[in-house]
Amino acid sequence: MKGYGEVILEHWRRPRNRGRLRAPDREAVQANPLCGDVVRLQLFFEDGCVRDVRFDGEGCAISQAAASLLTEKVKGKATAQLAELGEREFLGELGEVTATRAGCALLALWALQRALKEGPR
Amino acid sequence: MAIDVQGIRRDFPILERRAGEKPLLYLDSAATSHKPAPVIEAVASFYRESNANVHRALYRLAAEATELYEAARGKVATLLGARSEEIVFVRGTTEALNLAAHTVGEARLGAGDTVVVTEMEHHANLVPWQQTARRHGARLEAVPVTDSGELGLSAYERLLSSGAKVVALAHASNLLGTINPIPELAQAAHRAGALLVVDAAQTVPHMPVSVRELGADMLAFSGHKMLGPTGIGVLWARGDLLEELPPFMTGGEMIGEVWLDKATWADPPRRFEAGTPPFAQAVGLGVAVDYLAELGLVDVRAHDVELVERVLEGLSRREHVTVYGPREPSARAGLVSFNVAGVHPHDVATLLDQEGIAIRAGHHCAQPLVRRLGVPATCRASFYVYNTTEEVDAFLWALDEAWRLLK
Repeated sequence: MKGYGEVILEHWRRPRNRGRLRAPDREAVQANPLCGDVVRLQLFFEDGCVRDVRFDGEGCAISQAAASLLTEKVKGKATAQLAELGEREFLGELGEVTATRAGCALLALWALQRALKEGPR
Repeated sequence: MAIDVQGIRRDFPILERRAGEKPLLYLDSAATSHKPAPVIEAVASFYRESNANVHRALYRLAAEATELYEAARGKVATLLGARSEEIVFVRGTTEALNLAAHTVGEARLGAGDTVVVTEMEHHANLVPWQQTARRHGARLEAVPVTDSGELGLSAYERLLSSGAKVVALAHASNLLGTINPIPELAQAAHRAGALLVVDAAQTVPHMPVSVRELGADMLAFSGHKMLGPTGIGVLWARGDLLEELPPFMTGGEMIGEVWLDKATWADPPRRFEAGTPPFAQAVGLGVAVDYLAELGLVDVRAHDVELVERVLEGLSRREHVTVYGPREPSARAGLVSFNVAGVHPHDVATLLDQEGIAIRAGHHCAQPLVRRLGVPATCRASFYVYNTTEEVDAFLWALDEAWRLLK
């Protein structure tokens, strides 16, 4: 049994930016009704760039690790750069995930996309 | 006599395949069973040699197809201790229960009546009753599940006395494994003047089930969970009840006479079999019934109990594992749901899959029950005639590996 890759295990055990922002500019909750995974992503912008970010939620190691990894990636980025963040690139950084679990791995990214689409709160 | 598992395994071609680099270790028969070669061959040979639309055609081939289709109905009737005309072929348990809910609603339910379900139902035996209750202005009440995973019997009696017209419940829970005491529950329902509809998807494939001994009024199950093809299932109902019920779907096959503005219905079971039925699948189901009868359902049941006992014993020795449902193997269907402390069920399932082990993780189409248990989901391992005690041990070993990697 090879288990999960280092990136997933590391972010699952020591999640980055977990919690809530007091006054987020953007926020989205993305859930997978099939398995009950939930990720809430909150963003705070300053001068057009992500100044602060938090996630919380519950679910499997992959969904929570992916959310943690995503928060690291979005920090400091401008809106246009965020929109460019692709699924394939993100999965590549997370490490090997089977097709049956891609929905878990992409939950946080979909939350980000929704937060951007829905605009400021 | 114990069943010859190694001999049985040779009848299942899929067990020769590998899952990645590992042999396939399949512990998800509660979702769907594998098919033995005789069933696969029966379906293929029906298409090769006997294919024609059943009923009404005048040529020889159609008569032969009809004979095979009706012979399958007879085999199912014998299996259940029922009469052939009480066997309605449908696509599966879900369709059977939708048929039951719709027609019983039409015939028996009015404003202020009560429909009783339970907290342990599969969505297939819950949502159709929600819909039917809504349509007829009836109330839907659910029997609660106790902490030990059984039905609250005093609550059941209380709900029956509140104008219950129909009770719909599982013979065995597909998540807890709990086998419900249908004969007692049926007597109580009948005393209160209610019909009893039983979801037997997890029991008919695994143990002797006699509809008369159960005392139920309707009973539903699927072919694909009992070594048969997909797309074929059964609704059994008491003959006089079927006579009383209106059709579910309408169209060809199910009519008596048709005018431009009206129609009359055929007698049961054809009243409930609108359109071209899944006759090749029915023939396959007939062969699956033969296969199970040959093994002997008493021995099939004994094999399930032996495997469940071994799993329960192994899991209970692991302090980080929580098992749901009755402790006593003989009180359970051939399945065990569990969780591993601090590890999401999907992670357990994914790591077991790395060893070629197929278990299910999720809400098992029983969201109210999962909510009652207070967990997001559970893992479930389920067993059938082709599973071995060595497979149980390999599963327990893999669970330890997953725990080592994720704890």
